[in-house]
Amino acid sequence: MKLTQLISVASLVLMASVAHAEKITIAAAADLKFAMDEIASTFRKTHPGDVVEVIYGSSGKFRTQIEQGAPYDLYFSADIDFARALVKAGLAATDVKPYAVGRIVLWSVTQDATKMTLAALTDPAITRIAIANPKHAPYGARAEEAMRGAGLWQKVEPKLVYGENIAQTAQIVQTGNAQVGIIALSLAVNPELAKRGGYALIPNNLHQPLEQGFIVTKRAENNALARGFSDDMGSKTARAIMVRYGFALPGETTGK
Amino acid sequence: MLTQGDLQAIWLTVRLAATVTCILLLIGTPIAWWLARTRTWWKGPIGAIVALPLVLPPSVLGFYLLLAMGPNGPVGRLTGALGLAPLPFTFWGLVVASVFYSMPFMVQPLQTAFEAVGDRPLEVAATLRASPLDAFFTIAVPLAAPGFLTAFILTFAHTVGEFGVVLMIGGNLPGETRVASVAIYDHVEALEYMRAHRLAIVMLIFSFVVLLALYVWRPHSRKGT
Repeated sequence: MKLTQLISVASLVLMASVAHAEKITIAAAADLKFAMDEIASTFRKTHPGDVVEVIYGSSGKFRTQIEQGAPYDLYFSADIDFARALVKAGLAATDVKPYAVGRIVLWSVTQDATKMTLAALTDPAITRIAIANPKHAPYGARAEEAMRGAGLWQKVEPKLVYGENIAQTAQIVQTGNAQVGIIALSLAVNPELAKRGGYALIPNNLHQPLEQGFIVTKRAENNALARGFSDDMGSKTARAIMVRYGFALPGETTGK
Repeated sequence: MLTQGDLQAIWLTVRLAATVTCILLLIGTPIAWWLARTRTWWKGPIGAIVALPLVLPPSVLGFYLLLAMGPNGPVGRLTGALGLAPLPFTFWGLVVASVFYSMPFMVQPLQTAFEAVGDRPLEVAATLRASPLDAFFTIAVPLAAPGFLTAFILTFAHTVGEFGVVLMIGGNLPGETRVASVAIYDHVEALEYMRAHRLAIVMLIFSFVVLLALYVWRPHSRKGT
C-alpha cells in the first residue's frame, strides 16, 4: 500500500514538472541544417527548461510522414508548395509562412569552383555531377531547371548521380565521389564545407525561385512553445542568421 | 500495369542478385569449408567478420564503402590505378557492396551443411585414395546439397531485399543502380502511392514465394538423403 502511494505521488510530481517544460520537434529541410541549428540554439537560450529538437531530411519525406501522423510540431519545407498542401489537407494550425528564398550553387572539393559556370559541366574531365533527386527534392528540381535553362541538359544528364536530399548530395561531393555538385548556398557557405574548393552561384533567372515556407502542424495547435518558435522566426536575430547562411528573405530583393 | 521504369528496376534487381549469388558461391564455399573444418584459433574472428553484416546497420556499411571506394579511398585508388572508373554509382559497385552484405547468408548455411557431413565420409574417401579435391566434389558437395540450396535461395533473396546500402552508394541511376527497393522508396517520396503499391506488391509476392519454396523444399530434400 505504501509503495503504491509512493508511486502515485512520484508520478504526480513527475507530471507536474513535465507540464512546465514543453517540448517541440521540428522537421526541417536538409538545406536548413546549419542555419536552423543556430536559430534553434539561440531560441533554446531564451527558453531554458524546454526541449527543442530539430531533425533534418528531405521536404518530400517529411510531408509524407506528417500526412501519416508523424509527431512533428513544425514543418520547414524547402518547397513552399509542400507546406501549402498540408494546409489544404487540414494538417496545419497556421497559414503557410514564407521564411526564405534559397539559392543553388556549383560546389566542388577537387577543383576551384569559385569561377565555375554551368557550361563547365560539359567538360569531359568532369565525369560525375551530383544533384538532389529532382523527383522529390526541391533543390534537385531547381538544379534540373537551371541545366535545362542553360541548354545543357542533354549533355549533362548521363553524368548525373542523385542524392536523396541536398545534404546527401553534398556528401557525395565531399567524399570525392562526384567532382562537382549542385547544392544549396546555405550549405556551401558553412565554414566546414567552404574551406575546400569554394562555390559559384547559379544565376537565379535560370530556374523557378526556391520559395520556402513553414507551418505549425495541427498537432501543435495548443503548443505555446511551437507558436513561440514560429514567432521567433520573424525576429531580427533569426532573420540575420538566415541571411548569413545565404538565404534571401521573402519580400526582399534576392540580389545578384 | 508496371511502367517501363519499374520493369527495368526489377530486371536490374534480378541481375544484381544473380551476379552476387554466383560470386558468393565461388567465394563463400571455400570460406564455409574452411570454417567447418579448421580447428585454429582464427575460426572465431573470421566467423565473426563474415557474420558482421547481420548486425551492422546498412548505413555503416554504405558509409565505409562510400569512403573506401571513392577516389581517395584504398579501393578507389586501386581502381584508379587500374584505369577503371570509381565503383560508387555503378552496377559493379552495387555488386561489391552486396557481396559483403549477403556474405553470411551464403557462408552460414554452407558451414552448417559441411559440419553435418563430418569427418568420417572424407576419411573413408581418403583411405580409398581419393584426393582432397576429389573427395570434396564427389562426397562433401552432394551430401551438403540441401545446404547449397538454402544458401543459394537466401543469398539471392537477401540481395533482392537490399535497400540501405544501395541507397547510399547507388546514386539512384535508372538501369544502372536503381533497384526495385530504391524505386519503391522513390515513388513513395514523390507521393506516387499507386506506382509504389504496384511494385511493392510484386516484391511482397516474390518474397513470400521464395520463403515458401524454402520451407516446402527442405524437408523433401532431407528425406531424399
